[in-house]
Amino acid sequence: MSDTKSPLSPHLSIYRWPITMTLSILHRVTGVAMSVGLIVLCAWLMSAAAGAADYERVVSLLSTMIGKLMLIGFSFAFFFHLANGVRHLVWDVGYGFEKYQANASAWFVLLLAGGMTAAFWMLL
Amino acid sequence: MVRAVIGGRYDGSVLDVAVNAGTRHFVAQRVTAIILIFLGLWFAISIIGIDVFAHGVVVTFVADPLNVFLLTLLTMTLAYHSYLGVQVVIEDYVHANGFKVASLIASRLAHVLIAIALIYSIFKIGLDA
Repeated sequence: MSDTKSPLSPHLSIYRWPITMTLSILHRVTGVAMSVGLIVLCAWLMSAAAGAADYERVVSLLSTMIGKLMLIGFSFAFFFHLANGVRHLVWDVGYGFEKYQANASAWFVLLLAGGMTAAFWMLL
Repeated sequence: MVRAVIGGRYDGSVLDVAVNAGTRHFVAQRVTAIILIFLGLWFAISIIGIDVFAHGVVVTFVADPLNVFLLTLLTMTLAYHSYLGVQVVIEDYVHANGFKVASLIASRLAHVLIAIALIYSIFKIGLDA
């Protein structure tokens, strides 16, 4: 009990939330969000199939402030889940498990996803 | 790759029907993920390349035979990957047995319906144009 070198269980008052935990949660959240987003993708394609009038209606709905925010959210979810998914695939083949590597790839994925989202909307 | 993850239980038959359901889920999730890397990026770039606000432009894009094929592959892979993911989330967070089974069935039904609606829309545009 007097061995101060042995690790202590998380000391909540001084515990620093690791970035890797944020990404782990975000991967799930963005995945579930995009499962809901499938309904929007479906509405978009169905309205395109239904004709110009219906398509205009859906596009104008998606062009509202809430619609745009939702689409920006979905696009970030897409690019984040894509980039972090590749990070997971790299882990699956056995690379990148060192703590510094996992932290570095976490920040890289976050910046890449943000950058891709920004680039997508600037180019659209 | 698979050997490292399932350790000692690896029986050498990754895509064989004899492997357990957990391994098949794992493999299917990864295979669909790899397909979606390419098709997802293709879709994002395609959307940038066309005027998505113009109905005629979108219909012309979807109706292209190659795009009918790629969009069908994309949306079906999306639906499958989504189904696999939602299944894991339900299994992780829904513990009451009856509600868990009901949620899994509801998710499967919803994903099948979405897949049908997506494929119907793509083919309707492809055949109309």
